[in-house]
Amino acid sequence: MPDIDPAAIPSTTDRRWPGLLAIALIVASAALAFAWTAGWLTPGRLTPQRFTDAIEAANGQVWQGFRRAHAKGVCVAGYFEGNGQGQALSSARVFAPVRTPFVGRLSIGGGSPYGLDNQARVRSMALQLDSDDGQQWRMAMNSFPFFGVSSVQAFHEQTLANAPDPATGKPDPARQAAFAAAHPEFARFAAWAKSAPWPTSWANTTFNGVNTFRFVNRAGEVHDVRWSMQPRAAFAAMTPEQRAAADGDFLGEDLGARLAQGPLRWDMLVTVAQPGDAVADPSQSWPEDRRRVNVGSVVIESATPQATGACRDINYDPLVLPAGVQGSDDPILAARSAVYSVSFNRREHEIAGGKAAAATGRAAPQEATP
Amino acid sequence: MNRPTPSPRPPRHFNLVARVLHWSMALAILAMLFVGVGMVASLSLRPVLVDLHRPLGIAILLLVIVRLINRLRHPPPPLPADLPRAHAFAARASHWLLYTLMFAMPLVGWSMLSAGGYPVTIFKGFALLPIAPHHATIYAVLRSAHTWLALLLFATVLMHLAAALFHAWVRRDGVFASMARGALALPPPAAADADLESVEDKPIAPAPTNQRQQ
Ligand code: HEM
Ligand code: HEM
Ligand code: HEM
Repeated sequence: MPDIDPAAIPSTTDRRWPGLLAIALIVASAALAFAWTAGWLTPGRLTPQRFTDAIEAANGQVWQGFRRAHAKGVCVAGYFEGNGQGQALSSARVFAPVRTPFVGRLSIGGGSPYGLDNQARVRSMALQLDSDDGQQWRMAMNSFPFFGVSSVQAFHEQTLANAPDPATGKPDPARQAAFAAAHPEFARFAAWAKSAPWPTSWANTTFNGVNTFRFVNRAGEVHDVRWSMQPRAAFAAMTPEQRAAADGDFLGEDLGARLAQGPLRWDMLVTVAQPGDAVADPSQSWPEDRRRVNVGSVVIESATPQATGACRDINYDPLVLPAGVQGSDDPILAARSAVYSVSFNRREHEIAGGKAAAATGRAAPQEATP
Repeated sequence: MNRPTPSPRPPRHFNLVARVLHWSMALAILAMLFVGVGMVASLSLRPVLVDLHRPLGIAILLLVIVRLINRLRHPPPPLPADLPRAHAFAARASHWLLYTLMFAMPLVGWSMLSAGGYPVTIFKGFALLPIAPHHATIYAVLRSAHTWLALLLFATVLMHLAAALFHAWVRRDGVFASMARGALALPPPAAADADLESVEDKPIAPAPTNQRQQ
C-alpha cells in the first residue's frame, strides 16, 4: 500500500479487490470467532444449556414453570440469627449478633413437582439472606453429606444414565451400572442412599452446603470452609413400614403442623479445612476432627405454597455471596451457577408466556405420583 | 446526530475525546459481546466472566453519556461530499443505532437483573439499586431483549467495521483517518511520511470539495 501512484487509482476496479477481500476475511473471522465462543460451532461441547436439556430428558418431561431439579417444594420465611462466633472467620454481616431476614425454600430432589415425599432420598433447604448492609447471600443445601461424583462431566453422565428408557419408562439398569463402574467414587454415595436413615420431617433433617467456600475475615485471612444446618428438632427416623404408608405430601403437611406450634430452628455449623483437605472435590469428606464453629441459627417461622410464594421467582444460585464469603475452586460450584441460570431462565419464560398454570397456582395441582 | 452543514471551517477529525472514547469503547464493547456469549455457554468460566461483565457494562453506560455530550458539543467532521446519498444515510443511521444500543444494552442488563431479583453487584460488597420490579414477565422480556439486542449490536458493529475499512482501503477518502488520528500541526512531508493513513489522506485524484484531508 505505501507507494501508490495516485494517478493509477481512481478508475481501476481491480485495485478494489485486495481491500474488499481483506474486509470480507476480517468480518468473516470476527463472526466465526463469535459463533465459536457462543458454542454454536461445537455441538459436542457440554454447555449449561445442554446440561439442562439432559436434566429435562432425565425428568422424562418438562413441567412448565417449575425448577428443573428440586421441583417440588414450599416457600418459607424467617431469619438467621448470628451469635458473633462467625466473625472471626468471615466479615459477612449475617455473623454479627443480629437477625437477618430470609426468603427460603424447602424441597425434595427430583424434577417432578408431584414427586412422592416418601420416595425422595434427597431433601433440601435454600435460603436468600438479605442483611442490613444491603448485601445478599444465597445458599442451596442438600440432605446428602457429600456429592456423588467429583466432576461436572461425571454428573452429566449420571444424569444421562438416570434418563428413562423409552421402552420401559424406567432408567436402564445396565446404563446405571456402567456409570457406577466408571465412577468408583459414586459407591460411597450409593451406600449413603441405601443406608442413611430417613428423618420424619424437614424439621429434623440436616442440610449440608456440600461445596467448599472461602471465608474472609476483617483481617483478610482466608479459610476454606463447608457448612451444615443441624436441626434442633429431635431426630426420629422412619421405619420402612412408616415410609411405605406415608402420604406422598407428608413433608408439607408435617411442616404446617409443626409451624402451627412455633418456629423451627437449625444451628449453622461451619467446618474449617486443614491444608491438604479436598477443597475442590465435593465427593470427598473432610476428616471428622476438623474444627467446627456454631455461628448462629436459622429460624423458619412461616410457609407458603411455592406457586404464589416469594421463593418462586428466585434463583438460589450458590454464588450470590456477600463480602466475606467467596466461591472456591470447586468446579461443581461454577457449573451449578451456570445451570441454575438456564433452569431459571426457562421457567421464568414459561411463566411469562402463560404456559405455567400449575406452577403459578392458576390450575389445581396434580396429586403426587411416583 | 445530523451532520451540520459545513461551517466555514468544518473539522476534519473527531476531537481527541471522541477518538479516545471511540476506540476504548470499541474494545470494551467487543469484549462485552464475546464475554457475554462465552459466559452463558461455559460451565466453568461463568462466575469469573459475569463478575467482569457487570462492572464493564456499567462503565460503558457512564462512558456513552460522556461521549454523547461531547458529540453534541463538538460536531463531527462532515462526510465526503462525493459519498452517495444512500451511503451517507446508512452511515448516519448506523451511528444512531450504535448510540442507541450503547445506551440500551447496559440499561437492559441492569433492569433485567433487577427484574430477576438478583443483586446488581458491581464489585464485592457493592451493588446498584434495582431499576425494575422483581417480576417473572418483566424479567423474561428483558432477558430475551438482552440477547437479541446484543446480536443486533454485534451485526451492526460488523457492518460498521466493514464500512470503516471500506473507507480506509477501498475509497481511501480520509473517513478512517478522521477517527484514527487528529489533525497534525503541520502538513506531513509528502514522501517521507508514507504510512497507510497519510497515503489515504493525500489528495488522490483531484480532491473533491469537502473530502476529509490532512
Ligand atoms: C453440577 C451439579 C449440579 C447441577 C447441574 C444441579 C442442577 C440444579 C438445577 C437445574 C436446579 C434448579 C434451579 C432453579 O431452577 O432454580 C437445582 C436446584 C437445587 N440444587 Fe442443584 N445441581 C447440582 C449440584 C447441587 C449440589 C452439590 C447441591 C447441594 C449442596 C445442590 C442443591 C440444590 C438445591 C437445594 C436446589 C433447590 C434450590 C431451590 O429451592 O430453588 N445442587 N440444581
Ligand atoms: C464496538 C464497536 C464500535 C462502536 C460501538 C462504534 C461506534 C461508532 C460511532 C457511534 C461512530 C460515530 C462517531 C461518534 O459519535 O463517535 C463511529 C465512527 C467511526 N468508527 Fe466506530 N465503532 C466501533 C468499532 C469500530 C471499529 C472496529 C472501527 C474500525 C476498524 C471503527 C471505525 C470508525 C470510523 C472510521 C468512524 C468515523 C466514521 C465517520 O466519520 O462517519 N469503529 N463509530
Ligand atoms: C454494552 C453492554 C453489554 C453488552 C454488549 C452485553 C452483552 C451480553 C451478551 C452477548 C450476553 C449473552 C446473552 C445470551 O447469549 O443469551 C449477555 C448476558 C448477560 N449480561 Fe450483558 N451485556 C451488556 C451489559 C450488561 C450489564 C450492564 C449487565 C448487568 C449489570 C449485564 C448482565 C448480563 C448477565 C447477568 C448476563 C447473563 C444472563 C444469564 O445467564 O441469564 N450485561 N450480555
